[in-house]
Amino acid sequence: MTRKNHSSRREFLRAAAAATASLALASPSLAQSPARVVVIGGGFGGASCARALRQLDPSLDVTLVTADRQYVACPFSNEVIAGDRAIEAQQFTYEKIATGGIKLVTQMAQTIDPQARTVGLADGSTLRYDRLVLSPGIDLRFDALPGYDEAAALRMPHAWKAGEQTLLLRRQLEAMDDGGVIAIVVPANPFRCPPGPYERASLIAHYLKTRKPRSKLIILDSKDAFSKQRLFQAAWQELYPGLIEWVALSQGGKVTSVDPATNMLVTDFATHQVQVANVIPPQRAGRIAEIAGVTDKSGWCPINPVSLESTQVPNIHVIGDACIAGAMPKSAFSANAQAKTCASAIVTLLSGATPTSPKLINTCYSLVAPDYGISIAGVYQPRNGLFADIEGAGGTSPLDAPRAVRAREAIYARSWFETIGAEVFG
Amino acid sequence: MKTLRTSLAIGLIVASAVPVRAASAPPPGAASCSGCHAPTSQAIPNIYGRDADATRSTLLAFRNGSMPATVMTRIAKGFSEDEIGSIAAWLATQK
Repeated sequence: MTRKNHSSRREFLRAAAAATASLALASPSLAQSPARVVVIGGGFGGASCARALRQLDPSLDVTLVTADRQYVACPFSNEVIAGDRAIEAQQFTYEKIATGGIKLVTQMAQTIDPQARTVGLADGSTLRYDRLVLSPGIDLRFDALPGYDEAAALRMPHAWKAGEQTLLLRRQLEAMDDGGVIAIVVPANPFRCPPGPYERASLIAHYLKTRKPRSKLIILDSKDAFSKQRLFQAAWQELYPGLIEWVALSQGGKVTSVDPATNMLVTDFATHQVQVANVIPPQRAGRIAEIAGVTDKSGWCPINPVSLESTQVPNIHVIGDACIAGAMPKSAFSANAQAKTCASAIVTLLSGATPTSPKLINTCYSLVAPDYGISIAGVYQPRNGLFADIEGAGGTSPLDAPRAVRAREAIYARSWFETIGAEVFG
Repeated sequence: MKTLRTSLAIGLIVASAVPVRAASAPPPGAASCSGCHAPTSQAIPNIYGRDADATRSTLLAFRNGSMPATVMTRIAKGFSEDEIGSIAAWLATQK
């Protein structure tokens, strides 16, 4: 596509080039140009995948399409909300990724034509691909909880995509009087970062305990169980007695509507008027997944776990929060692990071979206090079209561990964020 | 043991040609390690370029519980002895 002609017979060569291009269109293997992989999404999944592709095969033509020049990471953003961390520590750019020979496109991808294998961009241009990777993360469903739309999110922040929303919730927390009530509204599964709401509750409680000790935090949950539940609840009793109240689904925790004008949260059993309402709404795969036709009725994307390729549309792979990964949680660690597996599978597929069954690891740390960490880990392999837990492996930190172990896990949590940030963006 | 030796040999051939990590296809599970482990990490040990036998025996000790750890005891149980051997051999070839 970028071949340069230095002959005077320009017209002839132009025609020849056009013929080559149309041949390439019909069959990429005939033109000896490198295989083209387009990756849409610049988070932990997409950026990792673009890099892994080039590392595995430096001859690949890899384009990374991101909506913004900057990425604001969610892991550790709960510390920003609690006032223990600057938002700048969450911000990454793509400059170093570009130096690795990856083409960067900073635009929204708007259309996908799976037959022609093209991606349409906001400026009207198109990108051709042999393989497409979608790592669009989540979209918040502003049609799922009555009263909660985009305008409501300015009054009742979700803070479930890091950035301005994170800072908004931070400001509301700072402005709240001592003695105020803050509510965290949690959706049913599946959603991004299963332990995230409870880490958030913990770190906010840590802030309240030291700064606004007469305040209270209530978690209104659409579930009866949650990730690392026993560890969280034991730690809450130890560190923040009486400060956090968790209302499960069966106790009337499911919020059925909200009123942003009065900061009112309505359940089947009660109405809660609160000073700060953090509403985490139901979610689905990022919009481009639906445009590509890779979502199912659930709003998420079924995949073949060996290759991360969509089961609905060939040559399109879906990684990270957007895909249906079975036992693997929607986490940055999972997205990164899936990205590397997907990159290997794509390189194998482009060579005409068949990818072999992978194994993947996930580890999710949560902070209950700045020096108190807990973790959940898992090892996964494909089974019946999903990632299944390998039995006997994985699980959570022990319930009876001494504080020194919690302190060490907090250090490991911070070390993980440094390392993954450097691997993906550094 | 045969598996280990074979993958060691494959790993060594590929590693010399490559300036950055991961040019040889990692065995199942190994690609996930770099989420936490890096040559630059302080609190979490670097596992790249280490002697394969040392890595292998450490992972096996995590797996059978004879060496305490926070999270690696839980992760190592997800891999067979052969898989651990392949992972250790591959890690040894990486920068």
